[in-house]
Amino acid sequence: MLDTLTMIVSILDSMLRLSTPLVLAALAGLYAERSGVIDIGLEGKMLGSAFAAAAAAAITGSAWVGLAVGVAVGVALALLHGFACITHRGNQVVSGVAINILVAGLTVTLGIAWFAQGGQTPALPIQARFPALTWPGAEALGQVPVLGIVYRDLISGHSLLVYLAYAAVPFTWWVLYRTRFGLRLRAVGENPAAVDTAGLSVTLLRYQAMLCCGVLCGIAGSYLSTAQNAGFVRDMTAGQGYIALAAMIFGKWRPYPTLYACLLFGFLDAVSVRLQGVILPGFGEVPVQLIQGLPYVLTVILLAGFIGKAVAPRAGGVPYVKDR
Amino acid sequence: MSRPAGELPVWVDVLLIPLLNIGLAFLVSGMVIVAIGENPLEAVRLMVYGAFGYDEAIGYTLYYTTNFIFTGLAVAVAFHAGLFNIGGEGQAYIGGLGLGLVCLATDQTLPFTVILPLMILFSALFGMLWALVPGYLQAYRGSHVVITTIMFNFIASALMVYLMVNVLIEPGNMSPESRSFAESAWIPSLHGLLAMTGIAVTPSPANVALLWALICCIFVWLFIWHSRWGYAIRTVGANESAARYAGINNRRVVVLTMCLSGALAGFVALNEIGGVHHRLLLNFTAGYGFTGIAVSLMGRNHPVGIVLASLLFGALYQGGAELAFEVPTITRDLVVVIQGLVILFSGALAYMLRPLFERIWLRLSLPEAVATDA
Repeated sequence: MLDTLTMIVSILDSMLRLSTPLVLAALAGLYAERSGVIDIGLEGKMLGSAFAAAAAAAITGSAWVGLAVGVAVGVALALLHGFACITHRGNQVVSGVAINILVAGLTVTLGIAWFAQGGQTPALPIQARFPALTWPGAEALGQVPVLGIVYRDLISGHSLLVYLAYAAVPFTWWVLYRTRFGLRLRAVGENPAAVDTAGLSVTLLRYQAMLCCGVLCGIAGSYLSTAQNAGFVRDMTAGQGYIALAAMIFGKWRPYPTLYACLLFGFLDAVSVRLQGVILPGFGEVPVQLIQGLPYVLTVILLAGFIGKAVAPRAGGVPYVKDR
Repeated sequence: MSRPAGELPVWVDVLLIPLLNIGLAFLVSGMVIVAIGENPLEAVRLMVYGAFGYDEAIGYTLYYTTNFIFTGLAVAVAFHAGLFNIGGEGQAYIGGLGLGLVCLATDQTLPFTVILPLMILFSALFGMLWALVPGYLQAYRGSHVVITTIMFNFIASALMVYLMVNVLIEPGNMSPESRSFAESAWIPSLHGLLAMTGIAVTPSPANVALLWALICCIFVWLFIWHSRWGYAIRTVGANESAARYAGINNRRVVVLTMCLSGALAGFVALNEIGGVHHRLLLNFTAGYGFTGIAVSLMGRNHPVGIVLASLLFGALYQGGAELAFEVPTITRDLVVVIQGLVILFSGALAYMLRPLFERIWLRLSLPEAVATDA
């Protein structure tokens, strides 16, 4: 009984950790796509930020400097995407792919030139990482069965960035649905011509959205290299940017459903690690690859309209041309 | 017919601006090399020598070129219908599965002359299948081909790991690889063919798949510009609603285009599995599907441009490997950087320089226009 509880808590605990970068990146994609800019480049922005954060933290020995530099790189890449797609009306998908490929090469090239460790950054000491925060009374309450254990092992004991990620969900909901900026952001993704007619700048709004996108991707990347891991290794995002994109679509471009999708995908990830080599009675060995492929399969099925209907913002992917 | 003042002549649009964009991509690449403390001109010299300096190098360059022609054509065909196929990687991977299965099934019994058409057929068929589903879903269920092909890349990779680790692995082998095919299922190498005609060259992985790639180029050119279906594809790509009013079945065109695109990507397996590795293994696609995007953009979606761009990227890959060997601070990831920059400048920022040239042209042609009016 107690063992089962410990196992469940430990799976949910790793679910929270694994979902954190997904939540941040998916929300980043949400801002961009809600404003009508398709962003395939979440992966690249996360990877670039992860490298920048780890490099800065390794040199300065401060996780906070790492975070700042990571966010700066995320924003710079997001603005590059904006420069190509908003200012020069380039193809948004092509631009996203370009950023992904560019960053995949650049992080390793610079990593080897700067640290000479085969593209990795030096392992970060504990002071240069975001530590796990222990909540007040966690140890004392941990003796209480069930609720105490949940409090100690599940709610307490994560790094600051984890709490930040989950707090970003209600915040994003509030921004999108309860502020003037959010209303305009949603409008510019549905009908930019109407927003333009109302006297607002489509360009400015979309750049603001890219700014939000860059900041969130920056935090996601920094989390990967300075909180979840102790340093940068090549291709450390390993497709998580795409999973985040899938989660955002799975959440139908809405903050809370996106969170649930991220948690689902994080849960699958957490379970698949534990099921490696486990033999279920009457079923044989669990095909781990099946569980790993599940988020992608589910997203395809959803997009095909078999689980409800996912409707993208209408102006997504279309550069806005002001009428002359 | 006179052009309105300020409208750019064709040569600026199709030649000058694309070349300048590529130039910018290489300029920034050079700056990256400077930033990591190396000499870009020396790097270029090493790369050119590494790619073309001796016969083995040329062989390797052609071997990489072959992959890029296939994936470049795959992306280009889809582009003509206004579709963006990012799934070349997964389609090539599954194409390899098809080719591998048919080789494993027939290499003991059938002669090469029968196996070769089967290899072509099955790599195309499996690649096609992996593109058919996203194509169908876009055409009939309204999901976007970009997202579904990305998802299918990951599904392909999960599927292949599962199959290689659990099903197709050679018993007793530690690494997940199938048994080697019998020689009757090997695509002949170019050095082998040349040796038969009495020309001795150093062995390299370049093989007959290169000739098939060139045949595909001719086929794509004929199909896109000189066939009814090609006309339909280009019409859908240019203006979807006009195509519908002209009586074209857009949905069927989308599915057909994706099938063709997937088949072309699947041919990567001919070069990699049939020509070089002679067994099924993991990750043999090594990002070639993504390079196809750069190749297609650089080659402006035309077979001739794609062959030239493939040659350039083939040289970059091979030259980059040599460069990495000579200069310890540089790895082949530099080639990935160049690839990204090419996609950025000749794809995403393709229109960046246009307003500048429009302004220059207007200034140049304005006095003339005023003079003719008077």
